[in-house]
Amino acid sequence: MTAILLTKNVHLSYGKKEALHGIDLDFDEHGITALIGPSGCGKSTFLRCLNRMNDLIPRTTVTGTFNFKGQDIYAPTTNLVELRKQIGMVFQQPNPFPFSVYENVTYGLRLTGHKDRQFLDEQVERSLKQAAVWDEVKDDLNKSALSFSGGQQQRICIARLLAVQPDIILLDEPTSALDPISSAQIETTLLALKNEYTIIIVTHNLQQASRIADKTAFMLNGNLVEFDLTSKMFTQPEQQDTSDYLNGKFG
Amino acid sequence: MDDIQSKLKSPSKASREDIFGRVISYTCIAAIILLVVSILYFIASRGLATFTSNHVNLISFLTGQEWNPGALDAHGHPQVGALPMIVTSFSVTVLSALVATPFAIAVALFMTDIAPKNGAKFLQPVIELLVGIPSVVYGFIGLTVVVPIIRQIFGGTGSGILAGTIVLFVMVLPTITSLSVDALRSIPSYFRSASLALGATRFQTIYKVLLRAAMPRLLTAVIFGMARAFGEALAVQMVIGNAVLMPHNLITPTSTLTSQLTTNIGNTIMGTLPNNALWSLALILLLMSLVFNLLIRYIGKRGAIKS
Ligand SMILES: Nc1ncnc2c1ncn2[C@@H]1O[C@H](COP(=O)(O)OP(=O)(O)OP(=O)(O)O)[C@@H](O)[C@H]1O
Ligand SMILES: [Mg+2]
Repeated sequence: MTAILLTKNVHLSYGKKEALHGIDLDFDEHGITALIGPSGCGKSTFLRCLNRMNDLIPRTTVTGTFNFKGQDIYAPTTNLVELRKQIGMVFQQPNPFPFSVYENVTYGLRLTGHKDRQFLDEQVERSLKQAAVWDEVKDDLNKSALSFSGGQQQRICIARLLAVQPDIILLDEPTSALDPISSAQIETTLLALKNEYTIIIVTHNLQQASRIADKTAFMLNGNLVEFDLTSKMFTQPEQQDTSDYLNGKFG
Repeated sequence: MDDIQSKLKSPSKASREDIFGRVISYTCIAAIILLVVSILYFIASRGLATFTSNHVNLISFLTGQEWNPGALDAHGHPQVGALPMIVTSFSVTVLSALVATPFAIAVALFMTDIAPKNGAKFLQPVIELLVGIPSVVYGFIGLTVVVPIIRQIFGGTGSGILAGTIVLFVMVLPTITSLSVDALRSIPSYFRSASLALGATRFQTIYKVLLRAAMPRLLTAVIFGMARAFGEALAVQMVIGNAVLMPHNLITPTSTLTSQLTTNIGNTIMGTLPNNALWSLALILLLMSLVFNLLIRYIGKRGAIKS
């Protein structure tokens, strides 16, 4: 496995308060990596570093190395727009735009100037199929995306991302607002996607991590405690903290 | 035992207070409804008297161009053609809203999305100040600054639709701006993050997501501004010229419905045709504000973001 994204010694401060105290994590191409840890340990913060969504929060400072396919994410010359097309993000709350499904899925493509109707149609079908919502929405592509269930909305959001064909998909607790059946559908979707995309998912659901992730990283208080194959970490964790967390002793 | 039973059956202090509060609010509501109904009745009965007791033809009232209710024309009909005022009122309303809207939305975007901290801190008081300035002050500035400038540039008297539009532009700008700010603030921030995370620039996000999602409420803001412009009397009266003539261009003296009312309502005798004719103008104003209200409601209902 080759790593597509390498991070080293990542520190991040919100104002004066340091939230990440030096994280080293490498992400393999075409696989699922889960980030777990108790609330407030910095999982979302770290995830947002990877496509520079933290830039939007005033007074944050980030240091460390971020190497994505050989380029430095934080280099002054980095084109943010390009970067975010390559490293896309799915949020905790399903957040489709209040437009039709079709317009949602084509949003990213239209941004880059794609207008050819046939091309857009093809991409909509491909993306919705990959996100496993095609059958549920194919007859209602012109209906508002907000008229679907939360789980369907979340998969529409995944499709919206897939349409721009990113390399990496970041997901921040994508199923925590959903019921178990919708969550299971999202998990199936992610498992099917991992052959083509690199997926990094933050989750509070340890079973979910053990079901879908190839590798898991356990974070605590802004530090990376352990990072290993999921199968290894869930059976023989090396650190006491990891073992305590996995056994529900805290968090 | 009996004691408890009677206590439970008789109304408690809280429920007595509840009834008391309800009586007070229903009384107030009844008083307000009575007031509104009497105003409507009064304006309608006076305004319709022109057509019922003075036998003016409704069509000729709405389409006639001669306004001189005190005199009769060659055929012995009273000269009450309100079209020039209707046209002028609509012209200044639409023009001022058209000019003000881009400015208002730009300022609102500046306050909500481009410089949310400092922009809002600085502009919020400015807008509140602009709202608070009495209309006579706007009219006075219009009369002493705007009208002479127009006279210098275009000749003529300087009064007319252009001067009215400029004054109204300044007056509706804060209204449209503050309502647009509310509209944009009501767009959840996760639409912004979703768009940015898909690689949109800030401008693309504003243009393709925010303005679009806020469109119904922005339209409402514009209509509110138009309602304000349509109903404004004093400031317009000071710069419009007050001649009931069909406007031929933007700089000939003319008159709006409101300016005609404020100019002449004190000079007519209740119950006579000249007075009734003014009430008919008031009725048109009332009906138009009703139309604006209905429009706002309709757009608001159609455009509410369903979630
Ligand atoms: N915008 C912000 N401004 C200031 N501090 C923040 C901000 N966002 C997060 N923090 C702080 O950074 C730390 C890490 O937060 P983060 O949201 O990354 O945790 P998390 O692991 O994602 O938690 P959860 O599981 O509850 O989502 C917390 O102490 C939090 O208070
Ligand atoms: Mg989080």
